[in-house]
Amino acid sequence: MSNTINLTLKVWRQSKDEEGRFETYQANDVDTDASFLEMLDVVNEELTIKGVEPIAFEHDCREGICGCCGTLVDGKTHGSHERTTLCQLHMRKFKDGETLAIEPFRAHPFKVLKDLIVDRSGLDAIITAGGYVSVKTGNAPEASTTPIKKADAEAAMDAAECIGCGACVAACPNGSAMLFTAAKVSQYALLPQGHPERTERVKNMVNMMDALGFGNCSNEYECAVACPKGIDVKNIARLNREFIKANLKKA
Amino acid sequence: MIKLDAKIPEGPMAEKWTKHKFNVKLVNPANKRKHSVIVVGSGLAGASAAATLSELGYEVDCFTYSDSPRRAHSIAAQGGINAAKNYPNDGDSVYRLFYDTVKGGDFRSREANVHRLAECSNLIIDHCVAQGIPFAREYGGYLDNRSFGGAQVSRTFYARGQTGQQLLIGAYGALSKEINKGGVKMHTRCEVIDVVVVDGQARGIISRDLVTGELTRHSADAVVMATGGYGNVFFLSTNAMNCNASAAWRAYKKGAAFANPCYTQIHPTCIPVHGEYQSKLTLMSESLRNDGRIWVPKEKGDKRPANQIPEEERDYYLERKYPSFGNLVPRDLASRNAKIVCDEGRGVGSTGQAVYLDFADAIERLGKDNIEAKYGNLFEMYNRITDEDPYTTPMMIFPAVHYTMGGLWVDYNLMTTLPGLYALGECNFSDHGANRLGASALMQGLADGYFVLPNTINDYLASTKLEKVSTAHEAFAEAEKHAQDKLDKLLAVNGDRTVDDFHKELGLLMWENCGMSRTEEGLKEALRKIPKIREEFWKRVNVPGSADDLNQALEKANRVADFMEFAELMVKDALNRSESCGGHFRAESQTEEGEAQRDDKNFAYVGAWEFQGLENEPVLHKELLEFEEVKLTQRSYK
Repeated sequence: MSNTINLTLKVWRQSKDEEGRFETYQANDVDTDASFLEMLDVVNEELTIKGVEPIAFEHDCREGICGCCGTLVDGKTHGSHERTTLCQLHMRKFKDGETLAIEPFRAHPFKVLKDLIVDRSGLDAIITAGGYVSVKTGNAPEASTTPIKKADAEAAMDAAECIGCGACVAACPNGSAMLFTAAKVSQYALLPQGHPERTERVKNMVNMMDALGFGNCSNEYECAVACPKGIDVKNIARLNREFIKANLKKA
Repeated sequence: MIKLDAKIPEGPMAEKWTKHKFNVKLVNPANKRKHSVIVVGSGLAGASAAATLSELGYEVDCFTYSDSPRRAHSIAAQGGINAAKNYPNDGDSVYRLFYDTVKGGDFRSREANVHRLAECSNLIIDHCVAQGIPFAREYGGYLDNRSFGGAQVSRTFYARGQTGQQLLIGAYGALSKEINKGGVKMHTRCEVIDVVVVDGQARGIISRDLVTGELTRHSADAVVMATGGYGNVFFLSTNAMNCNASAAWRAYKKGAAFANPCYTQIHPTCIPVHGEYQSKLTLMSESLRNDGRIWVPKEKGDKRPANQIPEEERDYYLERKYPSFGNLVPRDLASRNAKIVCDEGRGVGSTGQAVYLDFADAIERLGKDNIEAKYGNLFEMYNRITDEDPYTTPMMIFPAVHYTMGGLWVDYNLMTTLPGLYALGECNFSDHGANRLGASALMQGLADGYFVLPNTINDYLASTKLEKVSTAHEAFAEAEKHAQDKLDKLLAVNGDRTVDDFHKELGLLMWENCGMSRTEEGLKEALRKIPKIREEFWKRVNVPGSADDLNQALEKANRVADFMEFAELMVKDALNRSESCGGHFRAESQTEEGEAQRDDKNFAYVGAWEFQGLENEPVLHKELLEFEEVKLTQRSYK
């Protein structure tokens, strides 16, 4: 049943060329059926009327699939670690009178652009380095030419569910993008269509990840706990196998 | 004055596209790199077009307001993509997909375009499988299909409940491949805010960097709009929060005709509205209607919980009224019937604005595990939003704005009435008539981007004299100044109401007066009220911050200002079309049984509006629809 609660928010505010700081705002009479982002909408409406610039935060689909949203709430990516994005986190998960610290994803390659918005273009750069099958439009054979074991297709789909939100990077003490990269490498390693390029793919993606300053994996597994889509940490093991195999092969 | 010429190729329906591909002029491979194309939008249509044009050798610039092309709202499509593969051996064919789509669109689409769409459908599946998209498979390793509304065959390919995501990531992969090769320059966090016309041709755009606020000029030989639909004019819709009609609207103001803006799809299976603070609506995939049964109590005002209402006191109204299609009637019928039972006072839930979608029978028949495997992620999402468990309690659903069939008018080549400006995907009007069938939006976006535009754009580039245009040209300066002035004006109002406050007011008016059921009186009332809301907006809106910074309130204000103008055209179109067809239901035009009553004698046309300045009435141009293959009938799903 719907209810209302009062919260104190300590929100990270940061504009261009300045160091950030926490500002305190009250969120009163928050409907517990509202989503976390809808709660922020209401706070922003009040700030606007008071002449304060609203809190900038990234969001778009609000259905948990576009991967835009995500902040740290009390240090947790997406506000909880219950396989949900921030937009799908509802206020019934919070208690009346709580104080919440809301800040942007923290990771070395994620520069803060404003308030809660960070630059995640490094993730695109990793994909650009090889996270695809190089098939030109018009090249494809008939779709049913190559049967694929259902189990393999399902495992590939498990990996392909990644939404590129960057929570794994923010949750990792090393700021590593291993889970993100591993998900894409796994998807194509599991499917025959990905095999012609598998050696180059894994090398190029890992090299790009390193070049951009994402950290190393030291098996903390924080990434898998933080992932709103439940991407399995086993994918990192697969990435490592692919990477070692690729480097044993002669160019 | 615009003259509509659909440029439909001669010859039998099934040969038109093949012949047309032969007849279009080609650009020599060595000359392709001398041509530049701007693609606005990076969803299924935009990303697939940008990637494919680059593969062909064109120099491409692609723009998205998001931080990454992968965020585009195509990603949220759940259920699947249609194709005429006939893998289930249930009698499907290109012709049947064509026929179902024309019929599903209530005979208001252009036959030749729809036939081409059906022809391309199989190529899309081939291409997407080759891209490594993990479609659902059967134990034998072959591709699985499921059923969607408006069809009696199973032709929908899917990747769990995330088909749009997987197809978009495929197109994004293709785009990334071309970015890596240097063929596409990607402009992220960059919103296109005007189209630049030089000597009557679309020759560029003005974009705004959403981080620095900088306005930039870009010139090209052609501009491709793949900017999605205008559903957010209603404020509450299943569209992503930032979806907008601005780029399309600016194109309209620069000479591209806008077709059938009144055609809006209200999707039957969404989570009902639950509060004032609500920012958007969430869709529950149509695929749920494969196994879920829709019902309401037989008695008005029956407030008992669902499990206490015995079987004989339930009305499975779709199964009762449409026995041959049952719960899988097309979307417009499912939505309208939900409204009818709720208007009768038989709606459920705290607001009475909901109907049940019940899985009890399916769980009993197939087992909970089976249902979980098929719809697990949807059930989880439902539970997260509503805090109810759909495995034990029926889901509550209600229709919500989901897709817009209207859009920029395009000819067979997908070119708008502004030479050099193309429109793809949901942004154009061409393939879905007055109602889109499920799993057809992904098909159309990808057909347009991978297979249609890359063939038809050559014709324009090869046959048109395109002088080199510098961004120093006065048309660019003028467009940039206009854009800057508008932003400054929005910031200067400094009023006492927020952008959202105005957007909600406009949205509610549109939902009440131009939503699921429309009347002459209601539409006229909306026409009186919209200019007043717009006037108030420009007097009282409050947009904090500055233009040379990341300013989300300003972005939103700039879009809502366009919706304030667009809404009026939409209502005018709805008023003009006094027949009912598909998603456009005029209460004055219904059969005795309450079904939509078309008026083919007077309205078998595409209504394309030409801008004449905001103060003047737009001019309506009619493209008469000729049906060679499909016989016009009263659509029946009984």
